[in-house]
This record gives sequence, structure tokens and C-alpha cells, in this order.
Amino acid sequence: MLNYIIKRLLALIPILIGVAVIVFLIVHLIPGDPAQTMLGERATDAQLERLRESMGLNDPLYIQFWRYVKDLLHGDLGRSIMSNNPVISELKIRFPATLELSFFAMIFSVFVGVPAGIFAAINQNSWFDNLSMMVALIGVSMPIFWLGLMFIWLFAVELGWFPPSSRISVETVLNPVTNLYVVDSILNGNFTALIDVLHHLFLPAVALGTIPMAIIARMTRSSMLEVLRQDFIRTAYAKGLKRKAVIFKHALKNALVPIITVVGLQFGVLLGGAVMTETIFSWPGLGKYLVDAIYARDFPIVQGGILFFAGVFVFVNLIVDLSYATVDPRIQYE
Amino acid sequence: MKKTRIFVFFVILIVFMASLSVSVLAQVVEKGGTLVFGRGGDSVGLDPIQVTDGESFKVTQQIYDTLVDYKPGTTEVIPALATDWDISDDGLRWTFHLRENVEFHDGNPFNAEAVKWNFDRWRLEDHPYHIGGEFTYYGYMFQGFPGIIDEVNVIDEYTVEFILTEKQAPFLNNLAMVPFGISSPEAVKKWGEDYFKHPVGTGAYKFVEWNQGDRVIVEANENYWRERAYLDKIVFRSIPDNAARFMELQAGTIDMMDGLSPEDVDAVKDSSELKLTLRPSMNVGYLAMNFKFEPFDDVRVRRAFNHAINKEALIGAFYSGLGEPAKNPMPPSIWGYNDDIEPYEYNLEKAKKLLDEAGYEDGFEFDLWYLPVPRPYIPQGKFIGQAIQSYLSEINVKANLVTYDWSTYLDKTEHQEAPTYMLGWTGDNGDPDNFLYVLLDKTNSNNAYESEELHEVLIEAQKTMDREKRIELYRKAQKIIHRDAPWVPLVHSTPPLALKSNINNFIPNPTGTEKLHRVWLDK
Repeated sequence: MLNYIIKRLLALIPILIGVAVIVFLIVHLIPGDPAQTMLGERATDAQLERLRESMGLNDPLYIQFWRYVKDLLHGDLGRSIMSNNPVISELKIRFPATLELSFFAMIFSVFVGVPAGIFAAINQNSWFDNLSMMVALIGVSMPIFWLGLMFIWLFAVELGWFPPSSRISVETVLNPVTNLYVVDSILNGNFTALIDVLHHLFLPAVALGTIPMAIIARMTRSSMLEVLRQDFIRTAYAKGLKRKAVIFKHALKNALVPIITVVGLQFGVLLGGAVMTETIFSWPGLGKYLVDAIYARDFPIVQGGILFFAGVFVFVNLIVDLSYATVDPRIQYE
Repeated sequence: MKKTRIFVFFVILIVFMASLSVSVLAQVVEKGGTLVFGRGGDSVGLDPIQVTDGESFKVTQQIYDTLVDYKPGTTEVIPALATDWDISDDGLRWTFHLRENVEFHDGNPFNAEAVKWNFDRWRLEDHPYHIGGEFTYYGYMFQGFPGIIDEVNVIDEYTVEFILTEKQAPFLNNLAMVPFGISSPEAVKKWGEDYFKHPVGTGAYKFVEWNQGDRVIVEANENYWRERAYLDKIVFRSIPDNAARFMELQAGTIDMMDGLSPEDVDAVKDSSELKLTLRPSMNVGYLAMNFKFEPFDDVRVRRAFNHAINKEALIGAFYSGLGEPAKNPMPPSIWGYNDDIEPYEYNLEKAKKLLDEAGYEDGFEFDLWYLPVPRPYIPQGKFIGQAIQSYLSEINVKANLVTYDWSTYLDKTEHQEAPTYMLGWTGDNGDPDNFLYVLLDKTNSNNAYESEELHEVLIEAQKTMDREKRIELYRKAQKIIHRDAPWVPLVHSTPPLALKSNINNFIPNPTGTEKLHRVWLDK
């Protein structure tokens, strides 16, 4: 097992190098330059020239690439062109916001999607099955910006149950430690802040979790249906096992591998930044920030951000692969 | 005798009314409270000289003061950190007398040394603290580094002298711009490259906290040299989505917002809890025609386009009526505006006739570039492009709509690659030079409009210190531009802001940001 993990981590190196090269090339080969974006309508040729010179954009591409790789090997992702803030400190601030939101969205989607899928499968073609799969279909096809706006309008503006956006109230004071506000408020022992933070998390997490929830529910249902039709299930019933035990101990455990795959994939996607949700709920996460950086041609931020995401994605995949072994003893890693 | 009595009566009446109004005023202003300002994006940085975006200036405007300031709601220059100033006869030596007993938020004194240190930091590339960015606005307004400011000399503790290499008529207007807010030298030295996260000025509000991507908080400066700010605290919150921001205003979680969508304007007008305020226009949105591309080298074609587009209808449809049709390249809020110019009226017959004369009775086909991003002067580029396309089809001209992403769009228009393109400008300092020279002088124009005649007028105006003479020159320049019709000037927009009705004394400035120290809230 340990060998396997080490092997996988080593495999990360060529992947990251590949990503670094591809991202660098894409970012530098698309038209439009950061100096132009920064100066906007005000740009004069002389100023553009000066700015490009000082940002090193006038050097040949291979020199820029070499500089980028050299800095990268020293753990330096560079500084944002727009704000001059080190990329690493931008990531430190924004990734925790994305992580927290994605995590709670996944909790919502797993805790609603998996039971709904199981229940729909064991009651195949019942009214619940039809209803929940219809809801899931709507959920999959729901444009998230619309759903988000409707949530804000209904639950924040009309009913006033939840705050419309942001991570924390203006009045709440919280000392950031990890920038994961739920963790920080626990570390601070500040339970008012914890309630406030969870209160803010609810709407965006549900909105973001809706699509994965629907996908997970559908996947759980079909995977369960497949397992329920197999012989060993009939045998289990024949042995006189209780229905509950058959479903949860035998069927679910066997149906779990594809579900875990989907959950892992969805989580990886969410961690890549939920641009729409972050925009609608004014969530200061990495997704929205990265998109803005792409528009602004803020090369260091785009490069650093995508490289980071690639790392995260590979890491999540590793966790998923390892968890197969825990749910299915037939899978072993040498 | 009778006369004296009447006089005494009036004096008493006036005194009575004056005291009444004073007491009414005194009653009305309520101090304290927090204002939450909802806006479309986060600040890029809080060191004003290092940033170029409005969201940064919105905040630094509160934290910093400049030597001179704009009178609220106008671009007229008034004293601020400098109480008065003298100009030598040749216009090259400016002496500023500074306000005494002013402190930075970190307790350090504001004086001539501090002013010199700030200007040296900005203009001298070998200054140890010329770091952390590009000092873009300095280079832009003072023409490079060190640019036209040759020397900054400390005369005594509260007197500082600027020696210029050449006359710059808009010098004072430039100094009033928010990028030239004076920082505490000690704070810049302390934080170095990270100063943009720890701003220290002399302004009405002190910096408290910046939660990046989310909010900036400032609180009242108890030692402000003007009267203390009425509000205790301002929170600038970033809410990127226009619709979500407006919902927050309706939910009451923010007190005011800018970037109101045109379709929400009526909802604000109808609400008893909200009110609408328009920012006076200091911008222009236009359609430029490139002289390098046939048939736009023909003035008759350019004039035909001017006659073919119905600007009033565009404003009604895409600006919720919030804007005025443009006939000049600069808005009427700027002095020197030539109101005598007779606009090319919307008249298809005239347009067709001009095309006939130019030999295009059967029309022609061309590329019309529309803005890929919403800008204050043209909020919905694509729709306005489509509207222009349909207007032009009325005179048998076929426009193919084209666009690129924003930076490519700017780059290509800058290099005169677009036959016709929509673009615009928001003024910096309220000086006509900042529109006419910057946009249409032969050294700057993006549409190959290279009028020697206009160039001479604009250069002369730059070197003239007398306001009346400059007005005459700029009026003449606008006449030349009108005659040559290098653009179809479309609109001067007045961006709407929505406020809760309990907000008083918010006076939007044409420059795009304003100090909020006189804003107060009904409890």
C-alpha cells in the first residue's frame, strides 16, 4: 500500500511538469497581453512598452519559460501582475474558501443523493422513484446561476432565513488561522462565529451541491439496481437475512465503487472552483478569481492556480483509488 | 425712521431664519453608524499610486488626501492638504503652502518633507521605494519618469516647491486625482512591497481590515483635519453579480450600490425604501471610423454614418434613458464644452444623399467591432452593435459584427486594425485636454485621424495657462472635429447608483469616486 502511494506521488511529478508546460504555452500563446489589459483604454505605446519590459514580457518565450521553471523549482510561483501580491498568498486566502464550500456541497450531495438513490432503487418504479429521478433530472439540468438567484430571492430577500451572500457577517470578528472559517471559529472557540459561518455556508453549499447530488442519486440508483439483481442477493434473502441487512451490508457495499468514483470526480470538479456559485453568492473563492485572472491575462496567477488545481485533482483521485481498497477487499494495491 | 424700522425688521427676520435653518440642520445630521457599500469587484490594491481600477480608488479616496481636491460633485479644484499656491510667471515653478497640524493615521506628521518623499518615490526610478508596481498614473499624467516634474524642493516645514520642465496647464487638476494621495513615508518604509495591504494616509477614514475578495473596512479618523466623518465605519463589499447585488440591497444587507443594471432602474424608482442617484457624466462612448480603411477615408461616408444612427433611441433602449446623446467628444460637465455645435441630426435622407455623393448609392459591406465587456459608457456592447447594424441597413450598408476578448480588442484597435469600432473613455482629471488630446490628437488617435490643424490647436492649448484662452482653443478644436467627423459620438452616460432612502448627502463626483465623510444616515 505504502509503495503504491509513493509510486503515485512520484507519478505526480511528470504530470505537474506536463501541466506547467502546457499552461505556460497556452497562457503565453493566446492573443492579448497583460500590459494592455492593465492599462485599458489609457494605454499609450510608450507605457505599454515600459510595462512589458518591466514584466519581462519582451524576452523570448524560452527565456520566460526558463525563468518560470527556475522560480518554480525554488517554490516561487511569482507575483500577481495586477496586484503585485505573491501568487502563493493569493492561493492561501482563496483556496480555503473554495475548499470549504466544496466540502459542504459534497456533504449535502452525498447525504441526500446516496439515500435518495438507494431508496429509489429498492422501490423501483414507485412514485418515490419516479419523483426523485425527475427531481434529479431537473437538478442535473438546472442552470446554477438561476438556481442561486432564486435561492437568494426566496430564502434571503423574501423569507429572510439566510444571509444572501458572503462567508461571514460584517459584525462577526474571526481571527483567520487556516482561512477555513468553520475550522477557524472552532479554533477560536467562537461559537457565535461558527453559527454565523454555517449560516452563510448553507445556501451556496446547497446550490452548488444540487448538480452533484442529482448525479450521485442517479448513479447510486443504477448501481444499486444492478447489484440487487444479482444472485448473491437472492441467496442472502434465501438465507433469511433481514432486508435492511441485505441492502446495506451486501448490496450497498458492492454498489459503492462506482458511487465513490462519481463522488471523487465531482469533488475534484468542485475544487476546481465553482465560478458561477462563487459569483452569485459573492464567495471569495479561487474559481472566480482565476477566471478574472484569465481575462486580465495575469499570467502568474493563471499558471500558479492551474498548477495548484492539477495537484489537487491528482490528490483527490489518489484518495478515491485508495478508498476502493477499503470498500472492496478484492481490490489490492501492491 | 420708517426705513430704519423696515431695515431692522428685515435684519431680525434674516437672523431668525438663519438661526432656524442652522438649528434645523444641526438637528438633521445624525452621526455614527455603518454604511455598507456594495460594488462589483474587489480592490486590486490600496496604495493609490499603484492601481488603475475604480474599485481600488473608491477605497483609497477615503483613506488618503491629495494636495488639492475636487469640489463635491464637480471637477473644480479646491484646497485640501495645500491651503493655497503660487505660480511663477513662466508657469514652471509652483509653490504650495501646506496645511499645518495634520497627522497621518500612524501618528507621523504631514509636512513638506512627506510631500517631497512621496513625489520622489513616484517619479524617481532609482528611489529605494519605487517598488511594488508600475506607478502607472504618475507616468501617465506627468509624462514618464521623472517626467515633467524636475525637482521637488522643501522650502520650509509647510512650504514645498515644484519645478517643472515644461508648462502643463492641467497640472493642478492632475494633482487632485485620487492616485496622487499622500502616503505616510514611515508606513511605506515599514511595509515595503506589501504596503498596498497596509495603507496609511491622512484621510477621513482609517484602514481597518481587508478580507481579500470579500470586503474592505475603514473607520472614522478621530483626528481628521476637517470635521470628523459623520459615519463611524464603511464596509466596501464585493458582490460581483449585478442581480445578486440588487437583491442584497432589497434584503437590506447593503445600504447602497453602484453598477445597477438598467433593467432594475424602474424597481428602484418605484420603491419607497430606495432612491436613485445619477453620477454626472464624465465619459463618452463612440463609434470610430478608421481612415485607413475605404470608404471611411471619405468624410461624406463618415457624416452619413453620423446621420444614420438614432442616439436618443439607443439611450432609451440600452441606458434606461440615463444618458445624453453626444455631439462632441467630451461631455458637457467639462469646461470648454462647445454647446454651439449643431449635431448631425438623425436623418436617413441626408445620410443616403451623402452616400450617393460619395459613390456608394448601392451601399457597401464592412466590419463593425463591438465591445466585448460592459463599460460605463457602453454597458451592452453587443446589443448596441446590433442596433447600429440595423440603423445602417436602412441606408443599404451592411455591417458584420465582430468582437474579441477585451485585451485583444484593445490591442487590435490600438494598432488600427479595426475598420470601425466602438470604444469610449472616462475622464481622469476633468480637463478638456484629457479627452481631446488623448483621444483625437494625431499622435494618439486609433483610427488614423491625423489632422495637423487639430494638433496645432491642442498643443497650443496645452501650453496656455490662461483659462479663457484655453476655452477658446478647445471650442475651436471641437469645431474641427465636428467638421472632420472621425467618430460617431454616441452617448455620455450617467451611471446610476441605488441608495437606501435613509442615506443623506451622497454627492457623486463625475471623476467616478468621492469622499464619503459628509454622508450620514437617518436612524
